[in-house]
Amino acid sequence: MSGFNKVVNSYEEAMAGLEDGMTVIAGGFGLCGIPENLIAEIKKKGTRELTFVSNNCGVDDFGLGVLLVDRQIKKMISSYVGENALFEKQLLAGELEVELTPQGTLAEKMRAGGAGIPAFFTATGYGTPVGEGKEVREFNGRNYIMEESITGDFAIVKGWKADTYGNVIYRDTAQNFNPMAATAGKITVVEVEEIVEPGELSPTEIQTPGIYVNRVIKGTFEKRIEQRTVRQG
Amino acid sequence: MALSREQMAQRVARELQDGFYVNLGIGIPTLVANFIPEGMEVMLQSENGLLGMGQFPTEDEIDADMINAGKQTVTAVTGASIFSSAESFAMIRGGHVDLTVLGAFECDVNGNIASWMIPGKLIKGMGGAMDLVAGADNIIVTMTHASKHGESKLLTNCSLPLTGQGCIKKVLTDLAYLEIADGAFHLKERAPGVSVEEIIEKTEGKLIVPDHVPEMTFA
Repeated sequence: MSGFNKVVNSYEEAMAGLEDGMTVIAGGFGLCGIPENLIAEIKKKGTRELTFVSNNCGVDDFGLGVLLVDRQIKKMISSYVGENALFEKQLLAGELEVELTPQGTLAEKMRAGGAGIPAFFTATGYGTPVGEGKEVREFNGRNYIMEESITGDFAIVKGWKADTYGNVIYRDTAQNFNPMAATAGKITVVEVEEIVEPGELSPTEIQTPGIYVNRVIKGTFEKRIEQRTVRQG
Repeated sequence: MALSREQMAQRVARELQDGFYVNLGIGIPTLVANFIPEGMEVMLQSENGLLGMGQFPTEDEIDADMINAGKQTVTAVTGASIFSSAESFAMIRGGHVDLTVLGAFECDVNGNIASWMIPGKLIKGMGGAMDLVAGADNIIVTMTHASKHGESKLLTNCSLPLTGQGCIKKVLTDLAYLEIADGAFHLKERAPGVSVEEIIEKTEGKLIVPDHVPEMTFA
């Protein structure tokens, strides 16, 4: 019996069960805090017709961008895309579908999805192309649109440290969408820089409790920087 | 003379108050951080999940896990906090940010703003802009008054798809500072050396001009 032990030892095992046509929710903002090795495994696996829910789509040769090369992505649900030439090409050729979603709405869709709330009302996007065709309700004299929440067949998450029970903490702004993504997958896979024994992380510092997590794997990370900005020291 | 980008940022900085939590968009709004008055405490919010954004790091301090919403490497100030995207947008959508500064393509007399999509051009997305304009009460839009071809960006009706409806009350252009109320732009200040006539000529939407329009000051 493995009890609460969520640790898997290969990336193959980490992504086992991912099939063509599934929806995958991915953490990360730009190239910061992305589950880079889990993405690489999906590339290796060659799964196709995938819908990805992720704030961005990486760059040409890193992050989710690598899945465009063999046209593994059918649809992106994102707030900002197009940092990669291949994305633009496939979009213009009609080979890729994009559902642009305001960033806060995207985060809330994941959060609500993970919390069992099927939809919510927000002022964001009312009166804009985002609100077209959506139900409008007035609350206290202001108009709001109804947004449906999102869940995924898989969620792929990048954490800093996890214990073997799948309790996770994140590092700095690499947190971003990861905690919401972690709650919204039928199967949530978290890759981390370090796996520790239960009890080594303080219960009050846990950001993603293990109940949300199905698999944990330790990886090594490139952590590529998208915009290297410095000041003279 | 039309204002430079730095002068626009400097004028926006006059709207800062001690103890303000502020979100600055990309471009001219980012420059506002360079003009925070000496002795004033302001916390910068970056919507990827950082409240208390600091300077760019030195080479030694660079950390791939510390970026801002423009994906640039940054540092955090003492007293900063870091959180998830949902928490970050709860602050924004819940109206907790005191001042939001962002750029735009167009604004109109009803407070509508268009800033994310030009039909026929590649659409990259709205990022957090729709959340920011819908969630904030105190927003300043910074943009040039007219296009390079002289077409006004202060309109009766925005021609481009909207980012938000009825949410803008303050606009700073390179020629003027204006407020939007009761279906009109109200001219409040003009850039030094810019005539009221030039502003009238370059404003397509209804413009209310008081008898005296003071020149802008920067300190």
